[in-house]
Amino acid sequence: MSFFEYLALNRAEVLSSTLEHVWLVAVSSGLAIAIGVPAGILLTRRPRLRAPILGFANVVQTIPSLALFGFLIPLPFIGGIGARTAIVALVLYGLLPLIRNTYTGITSVDPAVREAAHGMGMTDAQVLWLVELRLAAPVILAGVRIAVVLGVGIGTIAAAIGGGGLGEFIFRGVAMVNSAVILAGAVPAALLALIADGGLHLLERRLDWRR
Amino acid sequence: MPDLIQFRDVSYVVNGRALLGPVSLSVREGERLVLLGKSGAGKTTALRLINALLLPSAGEVSVSGRSTRDWDPVRLRRRIGYVIQEIGLFPHMSVERNVGLVPRLERWPAQQVRERVADLLQLVGLAPGEFARRLPHQLSGGQRQRVGVARALAADPPMLLCDEPFGAVDPLARQELQAEFRSLTERLGKTVVFVTHDVREAVALASRIALLDQGRLVFAGTVDQFNATGDARVTALRDLL
Repeated sequence: MSFFEYLALNRAEVLSSTLEHVWLVAVSSGLAIAIGVPAGILLTRRPRLRAPILGFANVVQTIPSLALFGFLIPLPFIGGIGARTAIVALVLYGLLPLIRNTYTGITSVDPAVREAAHGMGMTDAQVLWLVELRLAAPVILAGVRIAVVLGVGIGTIAAAIGGGGLGEFIFRGVAMVNSAVILAGAVPAALLALIADGGLHLLERRLDWRR
Repeated sequence: MPDLIQFRDVSYVVNGRALLGPVSLSVREGERLVLLGKSGAGKTTALRLINALLLPSAGEVSVSGRSTRDWDPVRLRRRIGYVIQEIGLFPHMSVERNVGLVPRLERWPAQQVRERVADLLQLVGLAPGEFARRLPHQLSGGQRQRVGVARALAADPPMLLCDEPFGAVDPLARQELQAEFRSLTERLGKTVVFVTHDVREAVALASRIALLDQGRLVFAGTVDQFNATGDARVTALRDLL
């Protein structure tokens, strides 16, 4: 059976797995942003935390994804079989690009601009919101892009621990030694990654103050 | 005229090295005091002690009779216009938004901010219609300095602190800016503290000159006194700068 025949016959299942995949990536990216961006801001305020936090995020990044999913299963609360564990793993992978890009984006703001902002009587919060985050936005968004694209790819491994998503087809196809089934998972995943990358790239360009 | 800014035995020490002081100096309302000295003489440190970007290690800096330690730094800085050499215009904001920033932070009504910005741009010699919507990187060096001055004047602060604002401009535009800046601040009755390492700029702008060397005040007096002084240390520095 060819890939297209398989796809036509299983379009409902492929569609629901795709939506499941989108949901996995959206939730985990959202959480990674909610943790990573504030963490990156914190590093610019407390330079002493830089080495340990970036070090932690770096180490997480080096753990093979299948191994990380496996490590998480026995953990209480965050572990177990299913989508929750998969989301925890995807959040952990997304942290490094977000923390690092937020930190880099803010620290590369021209010191003269920061001095002028303080000197004009902006509060610390105003300097952060009106100046630093605004100027760092393209760099932070580039980090979001990396995290999302990474999440779409690594998200396919989630199926190994019952997390669902497009990985279901890939694992099934590998077990069946049937490339049509593998492609039914891999092609939509690749398309998702391209769409997310393109969309976020557009947003990144819109936020670039140099225009 | 009362003293607007007063340094009483002020020193500023970092890692055991005194960048400034002890220095005692006062700035009267309406005067243009130029802090003159070589780089590393402590001029910028002195300036940043006034708007509480730095707090003194010893002694006291007071503004309008109140120590900078007791001022809320945000309130203090909104009363003081600040222009630095690299200007620090916000690159993501139009000229209009840059100049109107402090008024907006002070919650002026939008219409009033717009009128104020137009007036200020006119005042510093930039046609509002042509420049208001430009971004800083679409301006020449001299135009950026003008926007920097307009921004510092925006909320009508009684005093201005300027840290070599014309340092990066070519000599011709620089003389023009100096002359305009002098007449503008004179007309508006602003108290100005102006940092430079250029004797000619100091003489062109100052109503009083304070000469700093290695963190110490070696001379303070009017321009005439500065030109006429026989003090060997002052003349040596004057010829050097």
